[in-house]
Amino acid sequence: MNIYRVLGFSTRYLYLFKRSLPRLMEIFYWPVIDLLLWGFVGIYLNKHQGATPDIIGFFLGALILWDILFRSQQGISISFLEDIWSRNLLNIFTSPISQTEYITTLLFMSVIKLILASTVMVLLALLFYAFNIFTFGLALIPLAANLIIMGWSIGIITTAVILRYGQQAEVLAWGIAFLFQPVSAVFYPVDVLPPFLRVVAWCVPASHVFEGMRTVLNGAPLPLGQVLIAALLNIVYITVAILFFKWNFKMVKKKGLLARNGE
Amino acid sequence: MSYVLEVESLTKTFGGFTAVDSISFKMRRGEILGLMGPNGAGKTTTLHMLLDLTTATSGSVKLFGLEYKNNREEILSRINFSSSYISLPSGLTVIENLTVMARVYGIRGRKRRRELIDGLMERLEVTELAKRSTRGLSSGQLTRVCLVKALLNSPDLLFLDEPTASLDPDIADKTRRLLRSIREQRKVSILYSSHNMAEMEELCDRIIFMNKGRIVAVGTAKEILASYNGTSLEEVFLKITRETVV
Ligand SMILES: Nc1ncnc2c1ncn2[C@@H]1O[C@H](COP(=O)(O)OP(=O)(O)OP(=O)(O)O)[C@@H](O)[C@H]1O
Ligand SMILES: [Mg+2]
Repeated sequence: MNIYRVLGFSTRYLYLFKRSLPRLMEIFYWPVIDLLLWGFVGIYLNKHQGATPDIIGFFLGALILWDILFRSQQGISISFLEDIWSRNLLNIFTSPISQTEYITTLLFMSVIKLILASTVMVLLALLFYAFNIFTFGLALIPLAANLIIMGWSIGIITTAVILRYGQQAEVLAWGIAFLFQPVSAVFYPVDVLPPFLRVVAWCVPASHVFEGMRTVLNGAPLPLGQVLIAALLNIVYITVAILFFKWNFKMVKKKGLLARNGE
Repeated sequence: MSYVLEVESLTKTFGGFTAVDSISFKMRRGEILGLMGPNGAGKTTTLHMLLDLTTATSGSVKLFGLEYKNNREEILSRINFSSSYISLPSGLTVIENLTVMARVYGIRGRKRRRELIDGLMERLEVTELAKRSTRGLSSGQLTRVCLVKALLNSPDLLFLDEPTASLDPDIADKTRRLLRSIREQRKVSILYSSHNMAEMEELCDRIIFMNKGRIVAVGTAKEILASYNGTSLEEVFLKITRETVV
């Protein structure tokens, strides 16, 4: 792997930000709307129920962390779509960039977009609701890392499917993360799910992360077991995602579809 | 004698349909080889297999004596490709796009990149387009910008799919001259497809005539004319395609 090439190719996406207001908006718009909406819902619930301690914290913590997963997936899928839309894939794959370097560039871009969006969310949460995400302390690192990697797995699989099935599969890039939301225990514990969905939820790394988050918000130490299970699941899923991408790329070359993308 | 390109029994089938049917040919250093043939003859499919964008069903391809399997990076850094069907990201300006690709091809140093790009832009007469977004370019302008891209790594072997298809006669002529001059200067080998018979005759050392996935004739324009008793390539083209269709 050639890092110079990865960094060089990343500038292709970075130049886009410099000029495109809609693209910058895309990074900030939803996080800000979500934050405002759920922040106020939290304030309202706090006033009327008072019983559950720090419900705003639950909502905002969940929102910020969910957004990490979502952004990490989007960062990959949207950057890839930019290349499809602009019929750039043939330039890329006739250059010395390897599949691995290309994916690495997409991962790198997802981290950059993530840092931008998260910074805004964290600052706004602090400003509007005096919610400080860093009360999680060091626990934040393993929690966020697990969400980022889960987002990558989903993003890589989405990318592979779009590569194979073309623009008709594009809608996946926007919606697929939300498919996992109900079984990710984002806003409620896994307990509230019916038994069969509970089984599904425990197979999703994110649900272990969000259970861990609530434990920490309740003042207990970070449950290391949960974090470890999430990490193991993530290792399995990201490996499967990369193998799936490579296999799919092979099929696409066999079917001669690389040139047809963007049509 | 070593060849820059050796193609042996190359075949591609899509489902039950044979798009390229066991073609073999070799290309010498500094040679300009033309791929000619009717729509659907298999020219683009052939080029894509030579670029490893499409996997061959059978047969072998060697570039500089190497196979893609273990030498992908080395091969791809020594060749380049342009086609009238590709584009460059439209959110970026011409100069930004070229800078990105120069970096991808490992041209280091801001100043070196800038000089290289400026020089090539001048030769292809796109200097005034430098700050424009690729979105607004006419197809001929875009074609020329893509040609600049294709020359960034000073390729030893250049694959071009209908490079002059959307160029006006003046620019098409200049492009042919450019291709010939880089061949003279750097001994670049060029394999390109076109539907422009006069251009083929003028530019190519040899022509490969494909029809229905097969190579039906190879040789200099003169040789092909002689063997088909024709006075122009166009006449031969019609002879070959209509004969085999009926
Ligand atoms: N990915 C694919 N899947 C199925 N069939 C394909 C694919 N790509 C090309 N073909 C078929 O293979 C044949 C050769 O196509 P190709 O694009 O190579 O022709 P060409 O010589 O480049 O034609 P043109 O002059 O129109 O560009 C055509 O019949 C085409 O429909
Ligand atoms: Mg073609």
